[in-house]
Amino acid sequence: MAEPKTKYDRQLRIWGEQGQSALEKASVCLLNCGPTGSETLKNLVLGGIGSITVIDGSKVEVGDLGNNFMLDESCVGESKAKSVCAFLQELNDAVKAKFIEEYPEALIEMNPPFFSQFTLVVATQLGEEKMIKLDRICREANVMLIFARSYGLTGFVRISVKEHTVVESKPDHFLDDLRLNNPWPELRKFAETFDLNVPDPVAHKHTPYVVILIKMSEEWTNSHGGSLPSTREEKREFKELLKSKMVAIDEDNYKEAIEASFKVFAPPGISSDLQQIINDSSVELSSTSSDFWVMVAALKEFIATEGGGEAPLEGSIPDMTSSTERYVNLQKIYQAKAEADCLAIEQRVCRYRLLEDEFSNPSVPDIQKYLTDEDYSVAMGFYILLRAVDRFAANYNNYPGEFDGPMDEDISRLKTTAVSVLNDLGCNGSTLTEDLINEMCRFGAAELHAVAAFIGGVASQEVIKVVFLS
Amino acid sequence: MADTAPSRSRDLDKLLLRAGNLVGPTFEPGTELRDDLQEYARILVVGAGGLGCELLKDLALSGFKNLEVIDMDRIEVSNLNRQFLFRMEDVGKPKAEVAAKRVMERVSGVNIVPHFCRIEDKDISFYNDFNIIVLGLDSIEARSYINAVACSFLEYETDDKPREETIKPMVDGGTEGFKGHARVIIPGVTPCFECTIWLFPPQVKFPLCTLAETPRTAAHCIEYAHLIKWDEVHSGKSFDPDDPEHMQWVYSEAVKRAELFGIPGVTYSLTQGVVKNIIPAIASTNAIISAACALETLKIASGCSKTLSNYLTYNGVAGLHIKVTEFVKDKDCLVCGPGVLIELDTSVTLEKFINLLEEHPKLQLAKASVTYRGKNLYMQAPPVLEEMTRSNLSLPLYDLMDKVAKDILHVTGVTGQSDKKTSCLRKLRVVFRGVDGVTDMDMAGGA
Repeated sequence: MAEPKTKYDRQLRIWGEQGQSALEKASVCLLNCGPTGSETLKNLVLGGIGSITVIDGSKVEVGDLGNNFMLDESCVGESKAKSVCAFLQELNDAVKAKFIEEYPEALIEMNPPFFSQFTLVVATQLGEEKMIKLDRICREANVMLIFARSYGLTGFVRISVKEHTVVESKPDHFLDDLRLNNPWPELRKFAETFDLNVPDPVAHKHTPYVVILIKMSEEWTNSHGGSLPSTREEKREFKELLKSKMVAIDEDNYKEAIEASFKVFAPPGISSDLQQIINDSSVELSSTSSDFWVMVAALKEFIATEGGGEAPLEGSIPDMTSSTERYVNLQKIYQAKAEADCLAIEQRVCRYRLLEDEFSNPSVPDIQKYLTDEDYSVAMGFYILLRAVDRFAANYNNYPGEFDGPMDEDISRLKTTAVSVLNDLGCNGSTLTEDLINEMCRFGAAELHAVAAFIGGVASQEVIKVVFLS
Repeated sequence: MADTAPSRSRDLDKLLLRAGNLVGPTFEPGTELRDDLQEYARILVVGAGGLGCELLKDLALSGFKNLEVIDMDRIEVSNLNRQFLFRMEDVGKPKAEVAAKRVMERVSGVNIVPHFCRIEDKDISFYNDFNIIVLGLDSIEARSYINAVACSFLEYETDDKPREETIKPMVDGGTEGFKGHARVIIPGVTPCFECTIWLFPPQVKFPLCTLAETPRTAAHCIEYAHLIKWDEVHSGKSFDPDDPEHMQWVYSEAVKRAELFGIPGVTYSLTQGVVKNIIPAIASTNAIISAACALETLKIASGCSKTLSNYLTYNGVAGLHIKVTEFVKDKDCLVCGPGVLIELDTSVTLEKFINLLEEHPKLQLAKASVTYRGKNLYMQAPPVLEEMTRSNLSLPLYDLMDKVAKDILHVTGVTGQSDKKTSCLRKLRVVFRGVDGVTDMDMAGGA
């Protein structure tokens, strides 16, 4: 095996050669290489990203040594971008690494076309105003953009890319779709060739559970006016019925049937997610429709006609207790149907709003709901406060609590700023707790390594997923 | 009181020196806290692989200066996509040693002691030296072992409340592909690893009859070649998963079997994966889970914020899903509970006691070794220790336990059915009948 492939073995088992090749073609630009940006890039470099360009105008300070693994004493006074880039290059010499000693804010103001050369930009620790500008630049240039921010014990990751569609074969939940609740004619006929009461005990315990369930559910519907078990009592009865067909206690196939019986009770047809997609107005095709929507239109038609309300069958089946021959024959039945259905696709549409849009057209009922929901109020509160601190910094030239000393004034100013953010979002009545506002001041815009490593980990994972889709 | 000289602790200081309202119950902000963390806090990292490397970095940059790391493995090429402390030239060297060296080189002031050995090779007292144990392991057995060790230090007050000084917190992380978990274990308070062992899906073990007679999947064909055919053809010679020739042999036998049964899908890569039980792994998930664990360690040690309560699951397969569940301790847990109650007469010998353990319905512990308050009463192995402690077997346990009416004993041994024996450590509450004032059932709970 070639050396680089062995190095990547553990990740190739997840995304294969195709995914790896997509990563190796991607060029990523990082804005600001504090720990948040550095840790994001570290994970990408280890994975073999094509190239990185580190942009940061600052020099290394002693304080940076306490939160950034890419820096050591010898770097103090040097360009941070240069130092971080050198460390990253050393992690993987297959990656092309460059740096530019320049403040990202300046680039965003003076040189928007600069960003067009990249597949993706990772923008860390940027203030709101510059984020909005960069967002517009990248969207127009069709460059993917991911924002990441660490702030004390909180932070965020925000993806901003043009609409993209995910066409995935072998998506998780379509796998092993057995259609036990709605078997098609060939599957029924196959089940008919089995006699559940076969006297030979070996044959009896090697009848695959799929066959058991199809035959037993048919027996049930015949004696219950054509319906499947629906009430809790009926479902229990059905399971008892299965149990009664066991002739020995070690019949694993019957145990599997009982465990999988819930699949018989599930309502047939497509998921609500898929329903939403085929109901989307883009399905009304025009001359400019993308390939994706053409496929969706075909899918919609299939479901309405040959599919009989079901999506195309993916075709794989899980392992189950059975003789080899019976299992292989069962597999063939499923594979034949999948081929006949011809498409094995799952579609997802991902739309990300521009930041500008998010800020000027907030989803007010959602914000209000989350602010008062026990499980989400802290996260939502931090969302508001993360925006408020940027506004604070724009007004007062520093972040609340950034410097030591009494914090009362900063706390009260932050509170006022937070209220104005809430008002702009149309949530005039809502409030944030005193505790949360105090905590935000306590953070004082600190960039903690562990938090940056967490945010960086998430951001790098999103970069990888987004690169696969492009 | 602003630090005028530039400090490395610039960012951490905001969290450790400032008072807050959303903090832990024992939080006392100030330079003393920061300095105590550096000087006195001792953290053990178990594992120096995907999680371990990240943990050492994260902890070193979170104010901890006294770290130790234990790992029995050597560096392999396939580690390099995520274990960032290692380079190609390091392949073959012990992970613990290289990891410790690299972090110390980059973060001045931190001291990391590496241990290149198995976790079982250390005396139990080794683990007691640490304030917090952080786990970056890749197997259930290893977690189970460390959990039992940490919980063995736990003692309870008479009303079954844990004694605080004996609580040894653990932070446990695990990853697989895009999924992972991080949990905080405070023995006696939160569930321990054993209390929630049902969380793990049953380990895949193919029944022999499937492998031998009715294979259906590529994995069945591979395991047939690996577990059955190998011995038939190479009787005596043990299979070495790291020998490419052995692996190639298994692969070609698996292909033959698959062809015979008409089963698709056997590849060399799958063969390696099945035989070595390879877990796919990427840098980002390890980074996320380790960071969460390091953060929890900082919170437990300093109180600078409330800790995770108590089990976080992460799934980045489609979108990003994080859920935190607060699991509840099993008060009858054999490992973190007050200990299985054993009532004995004062005349019972150590030998008789050891035999009793094998039949005890809750324990079923065979080949038990017994320790009492750090003293080895009887050791099954190694031969030197066995010989030294053999004479204790004929003595009454009551005498060996300094004639106390009741106390805690620790036993290690082998438990489980014929095909799946595991070594384990158990805590026992031994009560001697008829000894001053102790009546038969004054213990809360029961055996």
